[in-house]
Amino acid sequence: MKQPAALNLNEVTIRLRGTGAALVENLELSISPGTVTTLMGPSGSGKSTLLAFCAGFLDRSAFAASGAVCIGEDRIDGLPAERRRLGLLFQDALLFPHLSVGSNLLFGLPRSAARSRFERRQIIEDALAQAGLAGYADRDPDTLSGGQRARVALLRTLLAEPRALLLDEPFSKLDAALRAEIRTFLFEHVRARSLPTLLVTHDAADAEAAGGALVTS
Amino acid sequence: MWLRLAPALTLALLLGPIGLGFAWTVLPAFGHMPSIGAVGPTLDPWRTLFVTSGFIDTLRVTVTAGLTATCLSLVLAAGFCAIAAGSRTFSRLSRLVAPLLATPHSAIALGFAFLVLPSGWIVRAISPELTGWTRPPVGLVTIGDTAGLSLVGGLLLKEVPYLVLMIIGASAQVPVAATLAVSRALGHRGLSAWVKAVLPQIYPQIRLPLYAVLAFSLSVVDVAIILGPSQPPPLGVLATRWFSDYDLSRYPPAAAAAVLQLIVVIAAIGLWRVAEIPIAALGRSWAEGGSRGFASALLIRLAGIAALLAGGLGLAAILGMVVWSLALVWRFPDAWPSALGLATWQAQAGIVAPALANTIIIGAAATVLAILLVLACLENEVRRGRRPGGAALWLLFLPLLAPQIAFLFGVQVTLVRVGLDGTLFAVIWSHLVFVLPYVFLSLADPFRALDPRLPATAAALGADPIRVFVTIKLPLLLRPLLIAAAVGFAVSVGQYLATLFPGAGRISTLTTDAVTLASGADRRIIGVYAALQAALPLLAYVAALGAPAFLYRHRRALRP
Repeated sequence: MKQPAALNLNEVTIRLRGTGAALVENLELSISPGTVTTLMGPSGSGKSTLLAFCAGFLDRSAFAASGAVCIGEDRIDGLPAERRRLGLLFQDALLFPHLSVGSNLLFGLPRSAARSRFERRQIIEDALAQAGLAGYADRDPDTLSGGQRARVALLRTLLAEPRALLLDEPFSKLDAALRAEIRTFLFEHVRARSLPTLLVTHDAADAEAAGGALVTS
Repeated sequence: MWLRLAPALTLALLLGPIGLGFAWTVLPAFGHMPSIGAVGPTLDPWRTLFVTSGFIDTLRVTVTAGLTATCLSLVLAAGFCAIAAGSRTFSRLSRLVAPLLATPHSAIALGFAFLVLPSGWIVRAISPELTGWTRPPVGLVTIGDTAGLSLVGGLLLKEVPYLVLMIIGASAQVPVAATLAVSRALGHRGLSAWVKAVLPQIYPQIRLPLYAVLAFSLSVVDVAIILGPSQPPPLGVLATRWFSDYDLSRYPPAAAAAVLQLIVVIAAIGLWRVAEIPIAALGRSWAEGGSRGFASALLIRLAGIAALLAGGLGLAAILGMVVWSLALVWRFPDAWPSALGLATWQAQAGIVAPALANTIIIGAAATVLAILLVLACLENEVRRGRRPGGAALWLLFLPLLAPQIAFLFGVQVTLVRVGLDGTLFAVIWSHLVFVLPYVFLSLADPFRALDPRLPATAAALGADPIRVFVTIKLPLLLRPLLIAAAVGFAVSVGQYLATLFPGAGRISTLTTDAVTLASGADRRIIGVYAALQAALPLLAYVAALGAPAFLYRHRRALRP
């Protein structure tokens, strides 16, 4: 495994194509491995647009963007989304509804991690067991509880071996008790794997729990 | 990248035949057709057309039957939907439109004929008890009447369910329940409130399908051969008859009739568009007049019941064909055959097999091509983040708005020039022209409605666009994909002219055979053809609904 590297945004500007209004202007961010930087702001302030830009899904017909996204020394904003290796989590778990829980995890597991069916299966079984979901591999994702789904979604993202995490209000649809549990679960993994993480939220408690830098837009 | 070419390729495949075909219809209409030694321009074809005996009647029945069928279909369908908005029973009944929509026009028309003929099922059901008839009444004209009433009746059986489906589809975009609740709180009756407040919101969305119904009603050939007056016939039938004549000098006047058919359709759509303005104004003044809609509610109820009757007749028409195909002995005036069996099916099995095979091959090929093209267009649209504009949509609808007769003969002329007439390839391509718009219509919305975060998540997990398309999008869209395929297949099974002309009469399908048999063959044999015509699309629908339900039986989120 490579040395953990920081996620850096240099002079990122995103404008609406229609009006030319800037959603993000000359944003400079440096997120060290294992830390969470929180971006707070009201909805419609362009937080999700920034994540879409970093991850490679910006709707180029609606937005014009400039600036650099780097992981360590690697500049990634020119790469197609599937080669950026950024873990992406939304409010919804977005488990693929036609695949079992296990297949969802296998979907993101790179072939470099394991080639044989048996080994791959072993990896996801272990991951599920560590997350308190032993024996869930063959389940229909739609039969899981909200908290279980959130955990599977995070596992799926981590198994894909991302170099950084982008979180788009990942806790906003969970109830208060569950929110604390999933937050802890998530941030433990972030630290354990030394992932630089950018969290977008409008909940101050999320920012507090993340414990890192806070940027308001 | 090749995907970028998909929209252009699709439009070229659709518009190429229409453009070439239209050109080679207009040129002969002005006497220019070198292949038969005619070199124009001349107005002789038009003179021949205008002095044809009964030409005025031809024009009259074409226009009156087309307009009447469209107006009545709209009124009946709207009446039905107005009632269905507030009635569970009616909204459940609206599910019965599926078999009516799936069954080809010609099969329904044949079934309708066998219901209403003097020796048909309806007369049999009430004879001799009510009528005193022990043999079919002589001199009673129930189909092929010169006013075109039976033609209108036959068209209603297909067009009312089609418009009901369109209105229900458009209703999803309109806050129907809230609109009705507000209107009722203001003291309006639910039914007239639907017409006053909901219909005006829905109408703009059903305009295009409605114009397609209008164009179809004015120019239909297969249904008119079966149910329309034969002497003088409607314009489309006249043109088809001349085009099919051994006397080649008939071609130029036939082409003139085909061009006139196009003019009639364009004029009627224009007229309809203009008439919408005063009718909308009348509707507004009615809505502003503050009447509580007692009389109108009564009329709407009547229209809705008439729609039910049309639906019932349509289902009875399909059932009747099946009964006829199984009847061994069915004496007049018995209400039911005295002997049932499979003898007709066994006797016809070998004869019907080639047409059945052609129908399946052509339908499957045209559908698969249409699905591939539509998927390529939609995927390109998503990747480039740009939707086709209004003009592109109108071009896509062109095959549904332009009368078939106005370009299919020209298509045949072109095919003869390149030596492709009478080939499966040619027939599949011409079916594709009519299958593709329906496949696009039925697939575009589900494809665009797919949560973009799912493919985004898949890409973030390292899947390239092809893998995302194959392993995420296609499986998630399996149900709408198969339904679109079933719709496309049903459209192909029903094609008459689009088989007749490019096939040069050498390629027969269930539909072309059934229409040919309509004039005078044994009813039991026609029953076999019509039953098969109805069964093929229905089976496709059953498979389209059943396969995903089975494959995803353990996937709760994907169950309908």
